[in-house]
Amino acid sequence: MAMSLPLILEQTLNGFQFGVFLFLIAAGLTLIFGIMNLVNLVHGSLYMMGAYFAAVAYQWSGSFLVALAVALPASFVVGIVLEIVALRTLYQRDHLDQVLATFGLILFFNQLMIFVFGAASQEMNLPQGLEGHVEIIAGAPYPTYRLVIIATGLAVALALYYLISRTRAGMLIRAGASNRAMIAALGINIRLLFTGIFGLGAMLAGLSGAMAGPILSVEPGMGEDMLILSFVVIVIGGIGSVQGAFVASVIVGVVETLGRSIIPFLLERILSNEAAQTAGPAITSMTIYILMAAVLFFRPRGLFPAKGG
Amino acid sequence: MRSADRYRLIRRVAIVAGMVVLLVLPFITEAIDEPFYVDLVTRFMIFAIAAASLDLILGYGGMISFGHAAYLGIGGYAVAIFSFYGIDNGFLQLTVAIVGSALVALVIGAICLKTSGLYFIMITLAFTQMLYFLGVSLEEYGGDDGVNTNRSEFFEALDLYDSNTFYYFVFGLLVVCVLGLRRIVGSRFGRVISGAKSNELRMRAIGFPTFRYRLVAFAVSGAVCGVAGFLLGNLTEFVTPEYMHWSRSGELLVMVVMGGTGTIFGPVIGAVSFLLLEEWLSSLTEHWLLFFGPSLLLLVLFAKRGLYGLISPPTGEAE
Repeated sequence: MAMSLPLILEQTLNGFQFGVFLFLIAAGLTLIFGIMNLVNLVHGSLYMMGAYFAAVAYQWSGSFLVALAVALPASFVVGIVLEIVALRTLYQRDHLDQVLATFGLILFFNQLMIFVFGAASQEMNLPQGLEGHVEIIAGAPYPTYRLVIIATGLAVALALYYLISRTRAGMLIRAGASNRAMIAALGINIRLLFTGIFGLGAMLAGLSGAMAGPILSVEPGMGEDMLILSFVVIVIGGIGSVQGAFVASVIVGVVETLGRSIIPFLLERILSNEAAQTAGPAITSMTIYILMAAVLFFRPRGLFPAKGG
Repeated sequence: MRSADRYRLIRRVAIVAGMVVLLVLPFITEAIDEPFYVDLVTRFMIFAIAAASLDLILGYGGMISFGHAAYLGIGGYAVAIFSFYGIDNGFLQLTVAIVGSALVALVIGAICLKTSGLYFIMITLAFTQMLYFLGVSLEEYGGDDGVNTNRSEFFEALDLYDSNTFYYFVFGLLVVCVLGLRRIVGSRFGRVISGAKSNELRMRAIGFPTFRYRLVAFAVSGAVCGVAGFLLGNLTEFVTPEYMHWSRSGELLVMVVMGGTGTIFGPVIGAVSFLLLEEWLSSLTEHWLLFFGPSLLLLVLFAKRGLYGLISPPTGEAE
């Protein structure tokens, strides 16, 4: 296999796009972990719900914009209902209880989707006007839709940055992350704040799911692989840090994607062809976890540890 | 009679009764001509070993490992890979399953135990996912699709292909593992682990290197679970990365909590109950998880002490 510069650039962009995807999930999750101190396994299900809402709305209307317009508020509502009905009671519980309860909710949501839509995956096409390619790298036309995903992710990252560092709600979020008890004592309605943060996280996860619809398969259980990757992101970035989540998402996305093309290529150079073909996939599949272990070794609380926490 | 004594008596009766039932079960199934149940209960006992091993670190050590299925996988692949090359020697396979699981647990534990709380849960889960994907990438051994295996060979007289023989073999190992784990948690070592759970700082202050104790507990727990993986590979004669699927790790946690954490016997009961419930509910409807999922929420909210709590003194009375 030949490695050319355009190919490497293309894979880097793919990795960046994947990272941005992860960021949409991990951003909400890291806030929920950091502020509510809640082990929320059900976040992957919210990503899945977003994808299903979008797919159903798309099949009904044929318009991607309608799909987004349905998926975002619907995920927001599901998140809020979930928080009020089930998760709120878990904040005071220990982590084991939270793990079991949210594990149960994952089983429920996955089965619910099988019950309603069957186990097969749902169709969702690329939005009109975005099916084409743009030649931003000479010699390697890049899919327009993936560029749109990157742009969306960056826009969300900027909006979150503005929200958290420039607004009153953001100030409360930051205060909540560093000392929950104190802001409750200062008369802030912390219940409402938690519900709001959970809804925001659910909406971002839903957005990610909706954007994933046309390029990944929308099926039951689609959320858990992303959930576990988000965990890796959050561990690397530091629990509670949105900035850390962004940097770590991009690192994980790029390493994961680029690793898949570069590592087998490098191994072929050093090892015999046969050995490289056996070792290549094995090593690639472990790269990001080894990266996580390395980060933990040097920075046990992640790259950007949230203060207080 | 004091209430603690009464409960102790009830517990002893329950445990002895359970053992008698397990001992005579193959005769009963033969009498009613339902040999299928022997394999089913063999499977229950294998998961009982896995759940009991998890309880050592979860219930006594307070380490919430969301990655215990890793060692089921390592035990399973210890059978599968040797079998793939035509080596069916059970002593060799079992040794590799135990030592391999212990070594992997040492490495994973050494990294995870540097952290705690949320980090610990996420990292144990992540490393098991890594091993899962490693299994998927091993095309040589079937990758995603898994690989068929033979049953292990120990002695001429011990034919594991015979369902009843295999049943008693697993039963014997279950007894050994449970008694061994009970010995560990009752020992000085076990007390240190429990002590570190309730107040790590104090344990360190009085001179115990808690990290090392915990790491050894983590490795022992992994090794015992490796035995369960070895047995599971033998039972199904088929090993896939699914052994290490994240949901398997979750199920093991459910078994421990259902039975009652920090009791060793409890998770045995929990594993059997969980699998019975799974059999029963899935025979009623294929969508049984719709009911089972939310009931986990109810379990943690209202029945935290597990089934073993029913036969234990109500509060934290000493045994």
